[in-house]
Amino acid sequence: MAKLHVSTTINGEPQEFLCDAEQSMLDILRGPLGLTGSKEGCGTGDCGACTITVNGRIACSCLMLAAEAEGQQIGTIEGMAGEELHPLQQKFLEMAALQCGICTPGVLMAAKALLERNPDPSEHDVRFWLAGNLCRCTGYDKIVRAVMETAADMRGAAR
Amino acid sequence: MSTTESKTDSAVNDNKWIGQRTVRPDGADKVTGRAAYSADTNMPGMIWGKVLRSPHAHARIKSINTKKAEAYPGVKAVVTAKDIVNFPLDKSVMLGIQDMRWMCRNVMAREKVLFIGHPVAAVAAMSEKIAAEACKLIEVEYEVLPFVVDVEEAMKPGAPILHDFLKHEGKPSNIAGTLEHKLGDVAAGFAKADVVIERTFHTQPVHQGYIEPHACLVSVSDGKATIWSSSQGQFMVRAMCAYLTGIPQNDIRAIPAEIGGGFGGKTIIYLEPLALMLARKSGRPVKMIMTRGEVFHASGPTSGSYNKVKVGATKDGKLVAAQGTFCLQAGAFPGSPIRGAAGCAFAPYDIPNVHSVGIDVVSNRSKVAAYRAPGAPIGAHAMECVMDEIAEALKMDPLELRLKNAAKQGTKAAHGPVFPRIGFVETIEEAKKHAHYTTALPKAKRGVRYGRGVASGFWFNAGGESSAQVNINEDGTVVVITGHPDIGGSRASTANITAEVLGIDYKKVSVLIGDTSVIGFSNLTGGSRVTYASAMVVTQSTEHVISILKERAAKIWKIDPDAVVWENGEARPAGDNAGKFEPLSLGQIAAQASATGGPIGAGKQLNTTGAEGGFATHLCDVEVDEDLGIVRVLRYTAFQDVGRAIHPGYVEGQMQGGAAQGIGWALSEEYIYDKNGKLDNPSFLDYRMPVCSDLPMLDSVIIEVPNPKHPQGVRGVGEVPLVPPMAAVANAIHNALGRRFYSLPMSPPKVLASLDMAAE
Amino acid sequence: MTDIQYVAPRTLDEAVAAFAATKGAGRILAGGTDLLVQMRNGVVTPSAIVDVKKIAEMIAIEETKEGGFKIGAAVPGATLRDHAKLRKAWPGVVEAANLIGSTQIQSRATAGGNLCNGSPAGDSVPAMIAAGAIVTIQGPKGRRELPVEKVPKSPGRLNLEPGEIVVSFTLPPRPKGSSDAYLRMIPRTEMDIAVVGCGVSLTLDNGTCTAARVGLGAIAPTVLLVEDAAKALIGSKLDDAALAKAAAACSAACRPIDDKRGTIVYRTKVAGVLLKRTTLIAAERAGGK
Repeated sequence: MAKLHVSTTINGEPQEFLCDAEQSMLDILRGPLGLTGSKEGCGTGDCGACTITVNGRIACSCLMLAAEAEGQQIGTIEGMAGEELHPLQQKFLEMAALQCGICTPGVLMAAKALLERNPDPSEHDVRFWLAGNLCRCTGYDKIVRAVMETAADMRGAAR
Repeated sequence: MSTTESKTDSAVNDNKWIGQRTVRPDGADKVTGRAAYSADTNMPGMIWGKVLRSPHAHARIKSINTKKAEAYPGVKAVVTAKDIVNFPLDKSVMLGIQDMRWMCRNVMAREKVLFIGHPVAAVAAMSEKIAAEACKLIEVEYEVLPFVVDVEEAMKPGAPILHDFLKHEGKPSNIAGTLEHKLGDVAAGFAKADVVIERTFHTQPVHQGYIEPHACLVSVSDGKATIWSSSQGQFMVRAMCAYLTGIPQNDIRAIPAEIGGGFGGKTIIYLEPLALMLARKSGRPVKMIMTRGEVFHASGPTSGSYNKVKVGATKDGKLVAAQGTFCLQAGAFPGSPIRGAAGCAFAPYDIPNVHSVGIDVVSNRSKVAAYRAPGAPIGAHAMECVMDEIAEALKMDPLELRLKNAAKQGTKAAHGPVFPRIGFVETIEEAKKHAHYTTALPKAKRGVRYGRGVASGFWFNAGGESSAQVNINEDGTVVVITGHPDIGGSRASTANITAEVLGIDYKKVSVLIGDTSVIGFSNLTGGSRVTYASAMVVTQSTEHVISILKERAAKIWKIDPDAVVWENGEARPAGDNAGKFEPLSLGQIAAQASATGGPIGAGKQLNTTGAEGGFATHLCDVEVDEDLGIVRVLRYTAFQDVGRAIHPGYVEGQMQGGAAQGIGWALSEEYIYDKNGKLDNPSFLDYRMPVCSDLPMLDSVIIEVPNPKHPQGVRGVGEVPLVPPMAAVANAIHNALGRRFYSLPMSPPKVLASLDMAAE
Repeated sequence: MTDIQYVAPRTLDEAVAAFAATKGAGRILAGGTDLLVQMRNGVVTPSAIVDVKKIAEMIAIEETKEGGFKIGAAVPGATLRDHAKLRKAWPGVVEAANLIGSTQIQSRATAGGNLCNGSPAGDSVPAMIAAGAIVTIQGPKGRRELPVEKVPKSPGRLNLEPGEIVVSFTLPPRPKGSSDAYLRMIPRTEMDIAVVGCGVSLTLDNGTCTAARVGLGAIAPTVLLVEDAAKALIGSKLDDAALAKAAAACSAACRPIDDKRGTIVYRTKVAGVLLKRTTLIAAERAGGK
């Protein structure tokens, strides 16, 4: 069987790749595309370390076939910072909201999507939105605080 | 939302950088996805390795035929136990706490397979898929044997014996060893007691649960090997690979990748020696990554256990005797953390008569690995639950009981030491007056009850070997190299200390983790030792650098080096010369380094001592749904004497992370085996670590009673936080329901069954 | 280097043809959150993957001319959640679909996939059963309809003919005073498979329950419609006695197993507890209590 040819957009740039039918988006991101910021913690959608956005919604890239990316807008952690870090990235550093850092790209992708939908999330909102992002180091405390403080800062800046 | 607090002696507060919440030097790479973890590195020509694992819990290997696999298109090499150095069973060869007799058999089964998932062979091929398919072509003939997974079952007469050479009381046994601590005379002690409580406890094996699976990339060219892997010690990786492959250490370079969590589980190796032999045989770089299922099946969780604790106290609440037996399941090979269980359980208290026994029991599960304060949480769970019952029997406040018996300076612990100045009393006193303890619980309503529990804990902490090199760049900035993988922000602590000692801006310091060919031997990132030990070598290296800087300034000024002082990052003339010259900054001296004697830098290597123990007291509030048996933690506060918090953010992070792992251990995490001895829940879905919505904010109160034996007063921080939580949660559930639970996890079916029993 | 074929047809006819051509060896891909896990674990090695997310009918939410809703089988939970009108009419169906996995999973996982995975613990299925959803199925022999509770046959197996694809769920129009709810018991707060799941849909008239349906998950080889529980509710004012009777009917309907997720005793008891709680939520939403 010949490889499938896929045309997609990754972090705003057109991108083409070849894949096998059963290869996951994560396989392609981490392999041929060299975007290793998305991590594989489980391969079964239970840890969120591979979180990307597909047309603005977060998804586990391990549970998406690479072939499904055809014509879609894909966002990865590598596209989060511009010339400067995203406010969430900055706040995570200031508040020590990461320890080993392996879950951090996925957490940041999910948190960014939350703030885009809900600029004023409650602690409850943050905790349930991030329930699919396992972190074993922090006990989530500093992560939740950092997301809420970033939201407050961004609301302040927007006023 | 409550906040974190710090209780600090004001005397130590005149620091500029120590105690600051600086941004970690490796931070930007970790929030942008650029940091390279173990699975993130590739090499030209790289191929993929996969492991064939045992489908049996216990079987003799009669033969292995790899011919079909070797002939399969795309396969480049196959290895079995024949390719790994054999350490004969009759002679122990130790590397740290690991015996190479067991390690060589754990990385690749030799005579027998001892658990489902035990490696039997490994294949390297052009793709992971081909390697996996080729694994299926390896023919292994097994003689299936009876198995035993449970620790109590494994100790019974007639249990299937894992290792014929293990003898207990002269007979083949699964009891691999015992350990005993004795202080005073327990029989005489119990005779004086007015209250004696004796209880039996069970805990299940739990996994460290690091999110990054084990992975490595190994290249061998011209007999020289380079290993990229994430571990808790690149020197451990090098040494173990040297032992297991026979390649001398100078021909192995172990490069520490960023590590995605370890918690003790990455203090041993699994894949590296296999990848190394596959790379040597195939002549190609070989990459291997475990699946999450492989991590659960075949890497080491910590022990399940079966424990008895008996404690006696007088009417006025003085503990007079304690006796404990801690039976810990080691998995397939000897080496469960009985030292932590038997040694730490009673250490928080001044008890005149103690008898504590640890029993190491093998069974057909994966070999246990270290997990955060190995063994101590198991011992503390039993002891701290019994303490709650003593307090109840005496109608005493549980914190008051602990305060009355708390170990302090001069107390002799049963496991040996006489404590120097420690801060255990302070953790209890802070807990007693904290708003968490003085605020009433919500009133019970229909179907919902609330409870509060307390528990304390102790961990030994460790010193050991560390190396550091501090180099001054030509522009006056600084590079510090240490030999410890940074799991939780230790680079930030190193930078804080260097900036403090040198008196320069933190941002001028960069911190690197050296590989085995760059920096001197450094022991594991473990034992809560990294900030403790690296602070010592970094401080001494930096002090040496300062003495060089003063010499260079003296040379420039043409005065005696003793007439130069180093203040606020500058050399100043002192004594008779005071005020005669303009101060020279680090940058100015660095710019003239070549003219004044050459590059400036210094290194120090030490086997550090004086780590001293760490203590904590935890408070936990729970809500119990009486109809569903669900327990949720509503509020949690950890109080810990950390000696000195070099970076409070990451100190709090350790306290919070440990508490979260303990809550998981208490309520939802466990290894569940089916009737065939197979792990039935090898996924994050069914292993059930706490998710974000399961937990409240985890408050942390840092207490700083400086360690007199450390230049900055540091005590180890990372492990103590996992010691108290299980008992704190259990005691809170008792407070809510009036029911005691002696078995972990306290899962909804167990809680509901207990409530139904009470109702009948 | 693979034998697996991937197709993403734009019409249902093409999808049915492609799927039928695999003679049972192919798999339909909607959200993929079960299929990819099964492929990875080696449980399933399909000869072909038919991605149905480009078929307009399967990704649409439409209001029917009767006043109900037709939900494409490949609509993800997050899209259901964002549909204000649907959420108002069928809050239980929407919340059930959004209890499947994490936020990330909800972006992908679909009610069609949840049903066709055939798990007795699928969260959206009890809610769909309670809602009285009718499933539209298309196959080589044309279209047919089936009440949702008739689709599962046994764990992992469905009452579908070779080549048939679940196209959509049709929810009936809502009389005044109607609502629904779904609750499940899981040990954690998220990211678990239901130990017991309970969907209740009811209609209240002046506080009296005039219609009710109850779906119960994870307590038998398939998700069940518990008619005895509904009977106990209908005609009552949802007083304690009626709730107790309905709860007992739920417990009596249980034929669970002991497994790593729960025990027989626990599941049987919890089924009754959830029935009471779910009913009260549905009633409150219906404006009755």
